[in-house]
Amino acid sequence: MKHCLVVDDSSVIRKVARRILEDLSFEISEAEDGLKALEACRKRMPDAILLDWNMPEMDGLEFLLALRKEYGGEKPVVVFCTTENDVAHITRAMRAGANEYIMKPFDKDIVEAKFHEAGLL
Amino acid sequence: MIASQFEYLKQFLKAKSGLVLTNEKQYLVESRLLPVARRHGHAGLAELIQAMQKPGAMQLCSDVVEAMTTNESFFFRDSTPFQHFREVMLPAMLKARADRRAIRIWCAAASTGQEPYSLAICLKEAAAKLAGYRVEIIGTDLSNEVLEKARNGIYSQFEVQRGLPIQMLLKYFTQKGDLWQINPELRSMVQWRKLNLLESFSTLGSFDIVYCRNVLIYFDQPTKVDVLQRIAKQMPADGYLVLGAAETVVGLTDAFRPVPELRGLYQPAQAAGTQGLVARSRFQVAG
Ligand SMILES: C[S@@+](CC[C@H](N)C(=O)[O-])C[C@H]1O[C@@H](n2cnc3c(N)ncnc32)[C@H](O)[C@@H]1O
Repeated sequence: MKHCLVVDDSSVIRKVARRILEDLSFEISEAEDGLKALEACRKRMPDAILLDWNMPEMDGLEFLLALRKEYGGEKPVVVFCTTENDVAHITRAMRAGANEYIMKPFDKDIVEAKFHEAGLL
Repeated sequence: MIASQFEYLKQFLKAKSGLVLTNEKQYLVESRLLPVARRHGHAGLAELIQAMQKPGAMQLCSDVVEAMTTNESFFFRDSTPFQHFREVMLPAMLKARADRRAIRIWCAAASTGQEPYSLAICLKEAAAKLAGYRVEIIGTDLSNEVLEKARNGIYSQFEVQRGLPIQMLLKYFTQKGDLWQINPELRSMVQWRKLNLLESFSTLGSFDIVYCRNVLIYFDQPTKVDVLQRIAKQMPADGYLVLGAAETVVGLTDAFRPVPELRGLYQPAQAAGTQGLVARSRFQVAG
């Protein structure tokens, strides 16, 4: 079973994402900001990360840049999942090492399509 | 809706678009046609049906037909038909058409354009190999409304996230507020025509590759057979037909044969002349 870390400061979004990804046979962990996500990754590097952008403490982009410098941090497939839906943000995320990008709002079909795109399904 | 009204609509739609309605689809008819009735100033389905039978009801009738079509489509739908395009059909055609240097592709139920544009993107990505070739993509559909959207190439955020990798979105689309428009360069690669598959399409010419996906499922068996056989007539023996995931030629017609190992892919069966020869020699052996 592949392990996906869901990083979002909204518990509602984390719950929705968890339900969708569990249906797609992922094992889920959650983190509510970038710092907590980084700690989680140091303990156990996930196969995939669903990543919000705007979060307290450490935002999604800062987290991604830090993650890619960690030991084993190049391995997780990172899928951004954010309301930031303009070309400038998307381009920055991709340059920082994201693998795919979901513009909120999302549903099961989109998550499934994007995880497929990213080679996770 | 009373039985005779449903019966009338059933026969009307079968004749106009090939759509086969089963009795449990009555709710669908009501939910799709009530807005059409209102738009044309009719109180309900009874009035709508009356108006459809008066002379000069062309626009109303075609609105009814269009309202009953299912137009759902995605970019790179089912992914394998496009993988087959890149890895099998395109290389085969580049080789087979090395003299003529022209390849013609037809999307026979193109709907809102995702299918032809996915092929246009594949062609763009293979541009280096295609240098010197003229590749035409023709997208046709029965419905004016979907053709209009296809021509504009403007899609919602939801639509561009189902099947389209983000890198392709960045590369081939321009953001317009919450919407995304496919770039003029790709738009100019596809020609759009209104076409009802029940009517003759012999004037479209010959096609090396035909995508006819997720439309035959709405037809009855004789209509499927008829459309498939007429498509076969528009194709050279080495052409490729691509059907939808729930569709097949098997058990319908021997105008096409499945390509072994490649699901959803078909080629025209041997030319009629050769089949005749085989039949005759078998007959002689038997005789
Ligand atoms: C579900 S869409 C398929 C779109 C695309 N080929 C795909 O697979 O994603 C079916 C389309 O067939 C069109 N259609 C239905 N009956 C037709 C007919 N008799 N002639 C031409 N197009 C027809 C509808 O208007 C609709 O856009």
